Amino acid sequence: MTGAKVLLMMGCPEIPIQTSIALYLSHKLTNLGFDVTVAGTDAVIKLLKVSDSDSYYVKKMVDLDKTLEDIIEKRTDFDICFAFMHNDAGMTYAATISGISQAKLYSVIFGRNAETLSEAIEFDTEKIVAKDVHNPIRLKSKVDKVVERIAK
Amino acid sequence: MSCIEQKKYKILLEKTTFKESREYIEKNSDEVYYVHPGYKIFNDYYVIGIPPIALGAKGTALFFTYTKPCHGTFVLTIDDEQSKKEIDRLKEMETDKVRASLKKGKSPESAKASQTSYEDVWKK
Repeated sequence: MTGAKVLLMMGCPEIPIQTSIALYLSHKLTNLGFDVTVAGTDAVIKLLKVSDSDSYYVKKMVDLDKTLEDIIEKRTDFDICFAFMHNDAGMTYAATISGISQAKLYSVIFGRNAETLSEAIEFDTEKIVAKDVHNPIRLKSKVDKVVERIAK
Repeated sequence: MSCIEQKKYKILLEKTTFKESREYIEKNSDEVYYVHPGYKIFNDYYVIGIPPIALGAKGTALFFTYTKPCHGTFVLTIDDEQSKKEIDRLKEMETDKVRASLKKGKSPESAKASQTSYEDVWKK
């Protein structure tokens, strides 16, 4: 899968581990040869830009709604999408990607309501679930296992 | 997508879940149409969400959902010339793109799209 286009679709950034895992995953996938794009709201992009001011970990950042619009209008698409979510709105965006994109979808579900949210998902996706808010280690470990698999 | 914010709309329900928004539209509209994610209304707004995505018609007003990552899902309504055109377009769309669920004893002739149940729409 090296060279494949990967979208990291960010949700609301209020849960701290999201930004941490996004930076980590973007860097890891880029090092493995994937073409990584991170899509998010203004707040997400600002958090990433301040955290990674030299674009060392994230090479491409784009507006979330513009990205969906481009996929809908078939101006772009991705091979793999990691959809980050900790609330119903995040799940709504992931369901949308499931309906409009050809990408293999991984739902990265975290936060206090992770398990309930995970159970509510009805679309085709592989779930990566960790009920954590501040400590990213468990989610990182689960993400690593998925990355190991898709990098083969 | 946020171009919708520049239009003259009313908020009917705010900061809720997508499921509750769908149920609100189904309960409060005269006619409900189910569309796929990415269906475009008002020239530049793409409806997103968990299928089946409900669009409601009540008179000339169109009810639709609007989701923001940090604020949840809203039900908005616009009632103007453009909403009337959107409702007409929904009625005339091909049945594989838009499904109608007619309510409150409305005659099927009021919409050209086929009448179907909520579950049937997404079985195919």
